[in-house]
Amino acid sequence: MPHVLVVYTDDEPGVLTRVASLFRRRGFNIHSLTVGPTERSRQSRMTIVVDAEESTVRLAVEHLRKQVNVLEVQQLGDRPKVVRDLALIRVAAGLEVRSEILQLAQVFRANVVDIAGDSLAIECTGGPDKIDALVDALRPFGILELGRTGAVAMARGPRASPEVRPERVPEPASNQAMSV
Amino acid sequence: MTKSATHTGAQLIWECLTREGVTTVFGYPGGAILPAYDAMVGFDIRHVLVRHEQSAVHMADGYARASGRVGVVVATSGPGATNLVTGLATAMMDSTPLVAITGQVGSGVLGTDAFQEVDITGITLPVTKHNYLVTRAADIVPALREAFAVAKSGRPGPVLVDITKDAQQGRADLDWEAAEPIRHLRHLPPPLDPEALARALELIRHAKRPLILAGHGIQLSGARAEVLTLAERADIPFALTLLGLGAVPATHPLSLGMMGMHGEAWVNKAIQEADLLLALGMRFDDRVTGKLKEYAPHAKKIHIDIDASELGKNVPVDVAIAGDLLTVLRALLPGVQVADRSKWLKQIRGWRGDSAVRDIKNLPDDGHLYAAHVMHDLWRLTDGKAVVVTDVGQHQMWEAQYYHHDAERSLITSGGAGTMGFALPAAIGAKVARPEAEVWVVAGDGGFQMTFAELMTAVQEGVKVNIAVINNGFLGMVRQWQELFYEGRYAATPILSPDFVKLAGAFGIHGQRVDTRADLAGAVGAARGEQGTALIEFRVEQEDSVYPMVPAGAALHEMIRRPSASAIAETGSDPV
Repeated sequence: MPHVLVVYTDDEPGVLTRVASLFRRRGFNIHSLTVGPTERSRQSRMTIVVDAEESTVRLAVEHLRKQVNVLEVQQLGDRPKVVRDLALIRVAAGLEVRSEILQLAQVFRANVVDIAGDSLAIECTGGPDKIDALVDALRPFGILELGRTGAVAMARGPRASPEVRPERVPEPASNQAMSV
Repeated sequence: MTKSATHTGAQLIWECLTREGVTTVFGYPGGAILPAYDAMVGFDIRHVLVRHEQSAVHMADGYARASGRVGVVVATSGPGATNLVTGLATAMMDSTPLVAITGQVGSGVLGTDAFQEVDITGITLPVTKHNYLVTRAADIVPALREAFAVAKSGRPGPVLVDITKDAQQGRADLDWEAAEPIRHLRHLPPPLDPEALARALELIRHAKRPLILAGHGIQLSGARAEVLTLAERADIPFALTLLGLGAVPATHPLSLGMMGMHGEAWVNKAIQEADLLLALGMRFDDRVTGKLKEYAPHAKKIHIDIDASELGKNVPVDVAIAGDLLTVLRALLPGVQVADRSKWLKQIRGWRGDSAVRDIKNLPDDGHLYAAHVMHDLWRLTDGKAVVVTDVGQHQMWEAQYYHHDAERSLITSGGAGTMGFALPAAIGAKVARPEAEVWVVAGDGGFQMTFAELMTAVQEGVKVNIAVINNGFLGMVRQWQELFYEGRYAATPILSPDFVKLAGAFGIHGQRVDTRADLAGAVGAARGEQGTALIEFRVEQEDSVYPMVPAGAALHEMIRRPSASAIAETGSDPV
């Protein structure tokens, strides 16, 4: 079952590699991963869709939380959320079917973003299911090119208070005990 | 960055190490780290010149494990850096706090396959807690300060800081306060959940057959006294992981001995019969659990570990508590009631009896020298007070079975990674950290040949370690598996060794060969009496095996026992 994680990281070189490498070597299967800037400066926000059992996802979250560059991990789970994917689809569109395709696009509230001699490029935003449905509907006409961003997600309702811990707290007891 | 800045990057490295309390580093110079070496001369830091960079990491590892301080390694770029990888993986698996500093080619040629350039931060990503590529002098102190903080906080581990040559040559001001690390605090364990603590106490209160599984985390957390209080107050016996040996005393009446693949038979039986396992700072490694489906089938499980990603990873648990063991136990102990579990203890003692009667010390000397004899006698001759550093293989398991460790940090061994060649360099590091300790290397003939070049390091540095090479002419543990599981086809396991006594002579150290048990005590005494490093080659029974053994993938109770006609005992856990 796909699980959606939202991960805030430092915006630093190599952070994406760290996250991707972690998922690869621990055998967690990434369905999609998107990354971009966020409301906080010098931070990035990733949406990672993982295809795994609940217990595996919990481990993935704990591993992410051990990364120095990771500030916050939200496991959206069953919480109400908005999940959006953007697709650009170039579909074969001879004159005889062009209006039919335009109608379809309208039904999906998709926009035509380019018209070539025998094809149309359509942009569609929505949940992964909606995009899948549009792709299925367009397939009979002949899809020439398809690009999808992968999911970007956000929990509904007020912003959960960030997990970021106070920046100054006493060292744990273990560190004092470390010296012999 | 300006010309008027107070320090060169190279000076900042040593300034930072000095302020972190570092007194010793283990390393090997080279082109890209030359500026740092040049600046080292002005600082009061001991540099131990190794013969191979892998050994530098093992030395720093032994140093850290023996002392609880952070071990520091310095190496150059390219092959110098890649030689660190095995050592870093070893430290990562066994949670040793290390900082490795590598030189890197100039930032202007990064990514061009310049001479001795490798992407060491890329290569070491999975075997370090974190790593840094530093390209500016001004970034050196923040990176190093954070590296130390990351290495020792939470579950400790190795951190690598790769510093380009131009960053070492550049200039920056030393702003210690501004470089105070904070990011490692992001992931401190959450506050303890009172409900989880209450459930744990409830399980402990109602358990009839509870067992403590004592791991490496006890030493790392400094929770020995609290673990003993828990065990004594609630009358709960404890079994130890390999890295847990010494965390609580082997001669304690509630100590059962080692668990797992080569654990004591009665310990594994106790685990399988227990109704509650209290896992303290251990991670249910496959060498400890055997077949997971049949592991401790009757037991509720409480798992306390500082690394939340270990909780529920291998074994589903009833109560999982993420936290520093010392903190958790201090919160738990006020609720732990005095209990009497003599019935359960008696039951375990009964299981023990049948193996203990065949204890090694009751057996006549039939003229053969067994590795188990060597370990047992070494334990007695050193009053169990040595710091023993073992390599990996049969001798490592025999040591764990027959040398009874009472003191913390008295057994240093590569557990998780199982790195052959670890013992000699790690022992040198341990001795540098604790010059007052009697340090013994216990290594096989195979592993010793991997890193014996470090004998010269010991000589050059005036470090005295005593070395017991257990020579059976085979890569013994692999041979044992071939005997048991590959129909005795000894593919590539017979191994020749040099004349170890002559080898010792070539290094200018004392060397001796022992073929019979009668000569053992004299040789050990002579080695101990030597001013410098001394080596004893023990020519032991060639095709002996470690028993009991839980075959890989089998359940804990499905142990292979020593054939009863054999000349030596299954275990010698009953201390004199």
